[in-house]
Amino acid sequence: MTDTVIAVGGEPTDVDSGPPQAGGGPPPIPEFSIVPLRGIPIAAALLVGLLVAISTNNLWALTFFHVGGGGLWTSIDLFLGLIIGPILGRLSVPARIEFTVRFMPKMVVIMPTLVAITLGAGFQLARHLGNLNADYPHHGWLVASYIIVGVMAVIALGLLEPANLAVLFELKKPRPNPERIGRLMKIFVYTAGITGIMQIATIVIMTFLASR
Amino acid sequence: MTDVAGAVHPDVDEIDLRQAGLPRVARLATATLALVVIGGIYMAAQIDRSVTLAPPLVLAIAAGVVLLVNVVLLSRIREFAWDTFFRVFGWTLLAYLTIAGILEYVFVYDHTPGRQLALFSAMLFIFAIDVPLLLGFSVARYQPPPG
Repeated sequence: MTDTVIAVGGEPTDVDSGPPQAGGGPPPIPEFSIVPLRGIPIAAALLVGLLVAISTNNLWALTFFHVGGGGLWTSIDLFLGLIIGPILGRLSVPARIEFTVRFMPKMVVIMPTLVAITLGAGFQLARHLGNLNADYPHHGWLVASYIIVGVMAVIALGLLEPANLAVLFELKKPRPNPERIGRLMKIFVYTAGITGIMQIATIVIMTFLASR
Repeated sequence: MTDVAGAVHPDVDEIDLRQAGLPRVARLATATLALVVIGGIYMAAQIDRSVTLAPPLVLAIAAGVVLLVNVVLLSRIREFAWDTFFRVFGWTLLAYLTIAGILEYVFVYDHTPGRQLALFSAMLFIFAIDVPLLLGFSVARYQPPPG
């Protein structure tokens, strides 16, 4: 059982038609690790910090993790979906491959960590401040934010993350299939864009609640 | 650096042709995830209210049933890259059990009432199994089966 190879100077792999590949040699794939091990201790330290913040109910620490994590999560989603995605679609095949193998593994560690600390700290912060109570005057806004986060979670875990991992495993093959990579990258970039736009709604709700 | 060869291989996309014969594991796993998320949102919205737990209970049971059906469908696939599946499933299970564990800790720490806690725990368990299953399948489906 084998795979289609990346055709030299052939169809571009990703989002839309990019410039043809320069040169004539086959596009090289740099060595890469699907899960960058150097990032694991940092993610673990952040999760330990989150647990300490929750167990001490420290208002500053909870706010730090929620606002910091949420800000980064939102920024990355928006930047990826609206800025990087369209640029990526116009790069040459080797440039896209090189970017993908350096960028996507980092996302495997960064995004689940950011989501966990944002949601964990946010839930505890709201609990601590009494915002989760049904008699909280803006409870409806909070429930709206749950729904948005819920939809984003289903999109991210059901489409984005599987596409991310599948691309990385495909690129690990001796002869990756460019059409499959293109299809999966399209899912990745589009879903990142959709969640990015939904993040704007979250920002609207959160800034509204913080200003009350 | 790994060189990527420069010609189209004879058995073009044999793996993609296999896709049509695969059960809809990814869709079912996403449906399970959606059921758990809806149940979780309902419960989080009702915290500190004494309302019936019937809707999230039904959602959790439905999610559990869909997950079980999915596991059965998955186990019936003959030609499949099981090594890759279990490698991805194992590592992501570790990651998602950690995330679920943190959320469980928050619920326990906040003295969530017994029945709500049990339901939250069941949903977190389904979530922690379902996502790795989805990720493992999504990767393994494009890998060549052994032999």
